[in-house]
Amino acid sequence: MNPLQPVGALFLGFLGTVGRLVIFTGQALAACVRPPFYFRSLLSQMVEVGYFSLPVVGLTAIFSGMVLALQSYTGFARFSPEAEGAIANVVVVSITRELGPVLAGLMLAGRIGAAMAAEIGTMRVTQQLDALTTLSTNPLKYLVAPRIIAGVVMLPFLVLIANIIGVFGGYLVAVYKLDFNPTIYLQNTLDFLEPEDVISGLVKAAAFGFIVTLMGCYHGYHSRGGAQGVGAATTNAVVSAAILILCFNYILTEMFFAR
Amino acid sequence: MTTAESKIRIRGLSKAFGDKVVLDGLDLDVCDGESLVVIGGSGTGKSVLLKCILGLIEPDSGSIQVDGVETIGLGNADREAINAKFGMLFQNSALFDSLPVWENVSFGLLARRMTTRPEARRIAVAKLAQVGLTDSVAALYPAELSGGMQKRVALARAIATDPEIIFFDEPTTGLDPIMADVINDLIVKITRETAATALSITHDMVSARKIAHRVAMLYEGRIIWVGRVEELEDCVEPHVDQFIHGRAEGPIRMAVRA
Repeated sequence: MNPLQPVGALFLGFLGTVGRLVIFTGQALAACVRPPFYFRSLLSQMVEVGYFSLPVVGLTAIFSGMVLALQSYTGFARFSPEAEGAIANVVVVSITRELGPVLAGLMLAGRIGAAMAAEIGTMRVTQQLDALTTLSTNPLKYLVAPRIIAGVVMLPFLVLIANIIGVFGGYLVAVYKLDFNPTIYLQNTLDFLEPEDVISGLVKAAAFGFIVTLMGCYHGYHSRGGAQGVGAATTNAVVSAAILILCFNYILTEMFFAR
Repeated sequence: MTTAESKIRIRGLSKAFGDKVVLDGLDLDVCDGESLVVIGGSGTGKSVLLKCILGLIEPDSGSIQVDGVETIGLGNADREAINAKFGMLFQNSALFDSLPVWENVSFGLLARRMTTRPEARRIAVAKLAQVGLTDSVAALYPAELSGGMQKRVALARAIATDPEIIFFDEPTTGLDPIMADVINDLIVKITRETAATALSITHDMVSARKIAHRVAMLYEGRIIWVGRVEELEDCVEPHVDQFIHGRAEGPIRMAVRA
């Protein structure tokens, strides 16, 4: 057998996947803007993505803010005993620019992306997607569009809340553990924060919301082969969403801040 | 048989998955108002045939006409218009488990904006009564029902939009013999009451004998025999003879490996 054959087969398989994903993305985006719209499903998805993700995202944010304050203090103390002023800046910029959107996106990939892949994947293998089509309902419009819109709209709100909770976590550690002056800490936080920091984070959040829901829907929609197939679809949805989030996080950061 | 009499007219339908040929130039006519049952072994492409007619699978070549209108290669809007004539009973019911029973039944009505929600619920209850279910199940979810009841709900969903053509995909698979007979009776009753054309696929000969006016046998991607159900017992075609009597010995060799 030709030793290059498996390499070629792998490459062709990869190209096939990319092609399917691009076509699916185009169809899904078209479904988001063309009627009919299913406002009932959109509302329930927004509640699911936005409201029910609050505890997970909030807990992630508060511990990240806390550990960030503690780590920057112990790290900066090696260089200068008067590092106090920098802690608030480091915490607020890291949270709003990076940790808020990335961690919320990753948590959402685990919570929402996995659930979407499992739900749509199960509907695929039990022929519920075929049933939708025969009942004159386009599954892309009925199932995929509301989920993607909910992800793009709700993740920025979640990140905004995560930012506040994360900064508050840093504040708790700084004031109650490291004995900083609360007024000066808050003053440092607000003085250093630029609108650009928050806005770039929210744009990232919208992009990550799109990635998570798109990956969940794509892998669910293309799952096959019963329970094992749905399991694989769920894993692929989470893993691919996580990798794409980290990848696009770099690209978006480059677009916003590299000059 | 002329095109005018055929509700569904299939000519030269072919479909292959990779190098596995499933349908190989299949011809079939379903007449208006009749109940045609396609029989054939597992994996002979019965489901693929149905999916091609429903537009869920794009065939490689051939023609499928519904009421004289070619359906292959239709755009989404035209396809939805054709599908509005269809009702489909899926093999494992395929009920939407996120919706209560009544919304499942009236889904097609609401999707086509044929009615309001309160009216849709009233129609759903009426359709459920038609398949022998009381209105107490209307608010339940599919997961709370037994397999036989799910099948009835799926049947109610298939007839909710008063379709001209109803497809039955293995309607009795997975049911006990008594429940299978109940579903067969319901299919006969409903197709008679609604004067709908019925196309069923099954490998359950008891079911086929009960619901069919005509029977067609699918083998190696083609229809090898069509005839009235009364002619089935005297059929000398060796493939059909082997299949309807369920013999392991005969011209049909079961592929052990796919």
